[in-house]
Amino acid sequence: MSLQQFMNEAISPWMKQDGPDSDIVLSSRIRLARNFSNIPFPTISSEDNLEKVLNFFNEEFRSESFRDYKGFEIVKMSDLQPIEKRVLVEKHLISPHLTDNSEHSASLISQNEQVSIMINEEDHIRIQLYFPGFQLDRALEQASQLDDWLEEKIDYAFDEKRGYLTACPTNVGTGMRASVMMHLPALALTQQINRMTPAINQLGLVVRGIYGEGSEAVGSIFQISNQITLGKSEEDIVEDLHSVVKQLIDQERRARQTLMHRSGIQLEDRIFRSYGVLKYGRIIESKEAAKCLSDLRLGIDLGFIDHVPKTILNELMVLTQPGFLQQYAKETLSPSERDIRRASLIRERLQLENKE
Amino acid sequence: MECQRCHNRAATVHLTQLMNGEKTEVHVCEQCAKEKGYMHDHEENFTLNDLLTGLFNFEPKQSPNGQQTGTQQPKEQLKCPKCGLTFKEFARAGKFGCAECYKTFDERLNPILRRVHSGNTHHDGKIPRREGGNLHLRRQKDQYKSELQRLIEQEEFEEAAKLRDEIRSLDDQLQDREEGES
Repeated sequence: MSLQQFMNEAISPWMKQDGPDSDIVLSSRIRLARNFSNIPFPTISSEDNLEKVLNFFNEEFRSESFRDYKGFEIVKMSDLQPIEKRVLVEKHLISPHLTDNSEHSASLISQNEQVSIMINEEDHIRIQLYFPGFQLDRALEQASQLDDWLEEKIDYAFDEKRGYLTACPTNVGTGMRASVMMHLPALALTQQINRMTPAINQLGLVVRGIYGEGSEAVGSIFQISNQITLGKSEEDIVEDLHSVVKQLIDQERRARQTLMHRSGIQLEDRIFRSYGVLKYGRIIESKEAAKCLSDLRLGIDLGFIDHVPKTILNELMVLTQPGFLQQYAKETLSPSERDIRRASLIRERLQLENKE
Repeated sequence: MECQRCHNRAATVHLTQLMNGEKTEVHVCEQCAKEKGYMHDHEENFTLNDLLTGLFNFEPKQSPNGQQTGTQQPKEQLKCPKCGLTFKEFARAGKFGCAECYKTFDERLNPILRRVHSGNTHHDGKIPRREGGNLHLRRQKDQYKSELQRLIEQEEFEEAAKLRDEIRSLDDQLQDREEGES
C-alpha cells in the first residue's frame, strides 16, 4: 500500500512545506554512512551476510517509528519492477547504486519520505535525511539523533583513529555527506558560477549539476556538498558549507537584480518564451523541459508570473523524468514517445493550476 | 543555438578548440559530441574511479633511515585476515572489504587519506556512544586540561581547583574502564 504512495506523488510530503530561503535553496540533505562492525562490507559480503543485514532491519525496524517521521516502510529492491526502482531514484529516495545490487538490498522509508535508510548499498547502512529549504543545522541535528537511535541496536564499525569505517576511503571519518540543492539561474546565466567553483573547491566543497558533472548544469540546479569527511567535525563541515551557501544565495540575489536592471526586457522575453514552450509545446525533451521550468521558476520568483505556484516546478522536475512518465503511462515508452507525453503532461498540469 | 553537426537538436556542448594557434568554437548537441568523441558516457564515474585507483597505486617511500621495517610484508602479500582482501585488490578497486582492513593496511593508509581528505588522517567528529569506548572520556579530559590551563593563566584558582578535581575523577573512571577491559 505504502509503496503505491511513494510511487504516485512526484513530490514527497516534506517538499510541500516551505523552508528558509526556499526561493533559492530547494532542499538540504545529510547522509551518514555506517557499517556493522563484524560483517564484511557489501562490496565483498557473501549472500548469507547480506541477507543477515537485511533481515536485521526487517525484524528490528519495520514499522518502528522515530520522532515525527512516523512508521518506516521497508521496500525491498527484489520486489520492485525496473520502472518502480527508477521512480524511487528520481524522487531521490534511493540511489542508483542501491538498484544495482538488487537481490539483498532495501530501503526503509518514512511515511513523509523525509528519511530513508538504505540497506546494503556500498555500505551496510546509508541514512539519508532531507529538509525543505536551507536548514542544514536542523538536518544534522535530526540525522545525528536518528543515528543514535540506530546505534542503540547496532554495533557500528568505528575506530578511534579513523572514525566511522566505510567501504570507500572517501567517506571514512564522519561518514557524512552534507549537501544543498540550489536553483542558481542568474549565476548560471551570467557564467559567474564557473568562476566561483575553483574557490569553493579549495574549501573542500564540491559544486555539481544534478544531471552530472562537467558541462553546464541543466535547469540551473546545482548541488553543493562537502568532499572531506576526515579531520573535521560534523559541525565544522556543516558550518563551512553553510557559509558558502549563504554567500551563493547573496550572489544569486544580486545577480538577479543586476539582470533585471540591465537587461530586464531580455530576461522577461526569455521567461515568457519558456513559459510558452511549456504551455503550448507538443514535443519537449527532458533537458528543454528542465531549462524552461527553471526559467518559469525564476519568472515566479521575480514576480513576472504570479498565478503558478512554485511547488508545481518541483513537481514537474520529477514528474517529467523517464521513470515517472512511464509509471504514469503504465507502459514502456520510447524516447520520442516520452517527449510527447512529457509535453502533454506539462500542459495538463499548467492548465490545472491556471483554472484554480 | 542549433547543433553545428546535425542541425537538428539544440547545441548543449560548447567547446573551444585551439589548432595552429587559431581558436575555433564548437557548438554541438550531446549525441554528436559523443559520436565525435568529445565526451563519453559515464564520464564522471570513470574519471573518479580512475583517479582513486591512481592514488592507491602508491609505493610507500622508504622509512627515514632508509630501511624497510622488518615486520612489513611485501605489498602483494598484505592480506586482511578477516575478509581475505589483499592490498593489491584494495588498490585496484579502491574499496575496503571490512572494518579489519583498516587495521591490516594501516601503515599504508596515511598517504592515501591525506590526499583524499586535504591532509587529514585522524577522525575529529562524532563518537558513537557504545562503540566509542573511552574516547568520550579522553576527549573530555583533553578539553578540561586546556580549560584548566586558561583558568590558571587568568589566576582563577578557585575554578581551576574544581576542574582539577573533575580531571582526577575522569582519570579514575578511565583507569577503572581500562582495568575492566584487560
